[in-house]
Amino acid sequence: MNRRYWFVIVFLFAGVVACKKEVIDSYFIGFQKPAYFPEPTYRFENNPVTKDGFELGRKLFYDNLLSSNNTISCGSCHIQTSAFTHHGHKTSHGIFDQLGIRNSPSIANIAWGKSFMWDGGVPDLDLQPIAPITSPVEMGDTMANVLRKLQNHQQYPALFKKAFGSDNISTANFLKALSQFMVMCISNNSKYDSVMRNEASFTADEAEGYTIFKQKCNDCHKEPLFTDESFRSNGLTLNAANDLGRYFITLNESDKFKFKVPSLRNLEYTTPYMHDGRIYTLEGVLNHYQTGIEPRQNLDPLLLQDPVRAGIRFLPEEKTKLIQFLNTLNDRYLLTNKMLSEQ
Amino acid sequence: MKKIFIPAIAVVCIMTACKKDNNMPSEYDSSKKAALSIEFDNVAGASDLALTTGSYTNPTGETFNVTKLKYYISNFKLTNTNGMEYVVPQDSCYFLIDESDEDTHEPVVRIPEGEYKSLTFTIGVDSLRNTKDISQRTGVLDPTGAGADMYWSWNSGYIFFKMEGQSAASAMGDYQYHIGLYGGMSTATINNVKTITIDLTSRGTPKVKSTKSTNVHLMVDILKMFNGTSNFSIAARPMVMVDPFSATIADNYTKMFSHDHTEN
Repeated sequence: MNRRYWFVIVFLFAGVVACKKEVIDSYFIGFQKPAYFPEPTYRFENNPVTKDGFELGRKLFYDNLLSSNNTISCGSCHIQTSAFTHHGHKTSHGIFDQLGIRNSPSIANIAWGKSFMWDGGVPDLDLQPIAPITSPVEMGDTMANVLRKLQNHQQYPALFKKAFGSDNISTANFLKALSQFMVMCISNNSKYDSVMRNEASFTADEAEGYTIFKQKCNDCHKEPLFTDESFRSNGLTLNAANDLGRYFITLNESDKFKFKVPSLRNLEYTTPYMHDGRIYTLEGVLNHYQTGIEPRQNLDPLLLQDPVRAGIRFLPEEKTKLIQFLNTLNDRYLLTNKMLSEQ
Repeated sequence: MKKIFIPAIAVVCIMTACKKDNNMPSEYDSSKKAALSIEFDNVAGASDLALTTGSYTNPTGETFNVTKLKYYISNFKLTNTNGMEYVVPQDSCYFLIDESDEDTHEPVVRIPEGEYKSLTFTIGVDSLRNTKDISQRTGVLDPTGAGADMYWSWNSGYIFFKMEGQSAASAMGDYQYHIGLYGGMSTATINNVKTITIDLTSRGTPKVKSTKSTNVHLMVDILKMFNGTSNFSIAARPMVMVDPFSATIADNYTKMFSHDHTEN
């Protein structure tokens, strides 16, 4: 999907929304892979995105009814204007003012996710929402209760019937509706994307920053998604929650201190950084990689290439240029796209 | 692959259809299916298990009660006295035995008529089903319904075996054993999926016929949890969930099951 077409659709949407409903229906194009993106990992053959399914998923995503006291929705910690993260919160802030131990990750480009959560504990997007809904510190409900609330709701049974052909709300259809919304949260309208589509060009500094990025960052934060979806230890000290990351899932010694490599898209809107939100600025992140690496068990070998000191060396001007490049990954359209907003 | 597969299936079907079991008494018609119920009778040593009220002593000498006992049994396979195996179709072969719900204690399967010498089943849920699409996780496998109490949402996978209760031996006053882990999807983890085979000949060979019902009565001795293959104490291990020690408990509980008698 090319950016220009998106705009056309949005304008058409805005223009005709009040008067001609049938027209809008024909403009829903479902999931489209950007040409320069790899194939998505989500199994669309098991859950093709339809307009009704997507809209139902969007309604569910923003509905507080999914939490035990009807105060927290998925969108509470995955806020569109923060590129679907929990802006300003080191760790997610859930039901009854409880805090989790990890920073709320973005759901942008989740159709390409190979596993979910910072520790990859959930291998299938359709199973992912069960975790926050039932977590006592996130939404604190039971799935059975959520399905009961939806079944007794004035609108949902009819909406499920429209989307899936049955007003009997099943676990599978509930989860598949949420997936249909989430896979449509595609971030491909940053300046970087325009450059990739030959619609714009980098400034000289951004271009130099891109070269530095490809030399020093791209091994893990692989473009165009800016993550290779692997689990790595990047030399952070153990936090107060004694969070051993991927080890909690696999119990393999070699997974201690490892976390999923996050995407670098939308950094401007997704501070603070790292699995526990301990670093607030991009400069701080680069300083961590330059001088803050704690050499410990399972430290990623890519951080041990410098014979003198663990980490990645940057000259001061390299940092500036690299940050200028990283800022080209900010996708403001993702933040404002009405199609992805609470209606 | 597909081309080879279809003739292979056809050949198997023809063989199953034509080849009469040579030594099977003629009173059995292996083309007919009949019901076999398999009872999981939970006990603690020589005592019947009574949830909450019963007090038991494990091999280490610790006293405890049981407030919850649930486990998955799946993938039944029966071998007849001629050595022919019958695999119960997988989609109808997942059962959740829950001590608090008597209706769950006696799974019923439909198998060809015949006399059977052994029973094979999985304690837990096979690895493949742990990675299936949500639409194929219905009934006791619905991670949000009947299986909600037996599923880890944060480390996606079924809990195969759950036993909880109180014991003065535990510093916390209670114990919890939640055993799962199917081997992992992208990274290898502990695989606690256990498949066991039980001899059915010494305590009454089941004679399965469509004109009657047959029941295989298994005893499930929860004391073996603590010493089936290795001895451990509640004091040392009051809580085991996603933990390397879960492999020891899974090994132990494979020894819990024994054939007591058959009602033919």
